[in-house]
Amino acid sequence: MTDTILPFVKAGDGAPYLAGSRCGACGEVFVGTRATCAKCTARDQMAPVHLAQTGKLYDFTVVYRSFPGVKVPFIDAIVDLDDGAHLKGTLMGVDPDPATIQFGMPVTVEFREAVPAGADRPYLTFVFVPAEGAKS
Amino acid sequence: MSDVYIVGIDMIRFGRYPEKTVPGLAAEAALLALDDAGLTIRDMQALFCGNLGQASGMVGQRMLAEIGQTGIPVTNVANACATGATAFRDAWMTIKAGVYDTVLAVGVEQMGKGLLGGGGGVSPEGLVGSYTMPAMFAHIGMEHSKRYGTTFAQFAQVSVKNHHHSTLNPKSMYRVETPLKEVMGAEMIAWPLTKLMCSVNVDGSAAAVLMSEKKVRERGLMDRAVRIRASEMSSNPFEDRQMAMPDFSGATRVAAANAYEQAGIGPEEVNLVELHDCFATAELVHYENLGLCAFGDAGKLIDDGTTALGGRVPVNVSGGLLSKGHPLGATGIANIYEVSTHLRGKAGERQVEGARIGLTHVVGGGPGMGTACAIHVLEKV
Repeated sequence: MTDTILPFVKAGDGAPYLAGSRCGACGEVFVGTRATCAKCTARDQMAPVHLAQTGKLYDFTVVYRSFPGVKVPFIDAIVDLDDGAHLKGTLMGVDPDPATIQFGMPVTVEFREAVPAGADRPYLTFVFVPAEGAKS
Repeated sequence: MSDVYIVGIDMIRFGRYPEKTVPGLAAEAALLALDDAGLTIRDMQALFCGNLGQASGMVGQRMLAEIGQTGIPVTNVANACATGATAFRDAWMTIKAGVYDTVLAVGVEQMGKGLLGGGGGVSPEGLVGSYTMPAMFAHIGMEHSKRYGTTFAQFAQVSVKNHHHSTLNPKSMYRVETPLKEVMGAEMIAWPLTKLMCSVNVDGSAAAVLMSEKKVRERGLMDRAVRIRASEMSSNPFEDRQMAMPDFSGATRVAAANAYEQAGIGPEEVNLVELHDCFATAELVHYENLGLCAFGDAGKLIDDGTTALGGRVPVNVSGGLLSKGHPLGATGIANIYEVSTHLRGKAGERQVEGARIGLTHVVGGGPGMGTACAIHVLEKV
């Protein structure tokens, strides 16, 4: 089985998903699993959830210089998922031109396999792509 | 409770010293600070030594092996970019608590060139966004642009200003003017940060001798003393996006509010500031976090020269991390050295005239790590 690039990326038996947790006390949604709420400090209130796969582009930068072996330029995006979680990822499917990328554009999460820089085999990872109808 | 004073403080010129060792660099700054105070290592009752790169390497003890092993307690400190300021604050606390009267604080770092960030294991860099420091601080600038319309040129102007300041500072790594066109035309690292808008990875060290009021009077050192009006630290309070996008503002605001309260002053009483300009975007954001202007007005401050030497509240007259350099563990004490030098009226060509109160700020951290912030308010005696 393919390993996943980060612990919260789950292969899900052919239906990949992003693992998250929701606090039963304050409702905050986190990326990844956890036992205690960093926001309201409640203990034993965390329920595992599958994170939303739709959201909006909150912030971005275009990375032109990265670590050796990493293909540039690419868009490093911060997305507010529709369930309230916040996620960093690479935005694909749009021109990496800061002048044309729109804050607030709707995006969806897609899963794919890719070989990380310096690795010799593919890992399961995710990217953001423009939501249907938002494509430029 | 009586005040704590700085009676000796100095730094080496920041630069690249691959032939030297970390304890060796630390020893140079320690001896400079002791000389500045007119004291010796025999007068020190404790040592707090800040360093990141060799955090498990007992740098403080190895430094004493070079300048004198008197058996004093040594605490080695690591706290991201707040490392040096944390060592300084720990020294301050022991005197404030009445445990010691005379304590040495040292910050030191030896760094390679190149991008900071990332970690061990298979890297998600590029596949799942970026984990470089420039990308993190690019996000912070883009968020400011989105909210307030701050422009690439305004961010770039921070580098023009700080590089200009550094031409007046003999202890700065770089001492060259960088006109706006050159800053904006330099290699783009992560939009809107060009290479000249990123701080310089250098080697460096800085040290301070802190002393209780009683001891300063007893030793007759008030003529060189600088009063510590406030020493505050904070970590990042919960912010919604902090795991996706490290937050350096929340911690800065917490520490700033507490520091102003401890000092019993408002930001309008501050005559100069050395703040954490690890990237040009950060300087503008921290104008607002430190209360130097209202939220949204940072762009105006850089445009009208308020924060340039000669302005109402000069910021980073040392050249800042952008030009003087940013040896992580040394930066916090180097900032305190700069402000102390102005309060003593000994800053030469770059002297902020009539400076009575100065503020220093450092904040560090990384993706998924959280942040550490330290703020000191210093006063001319």
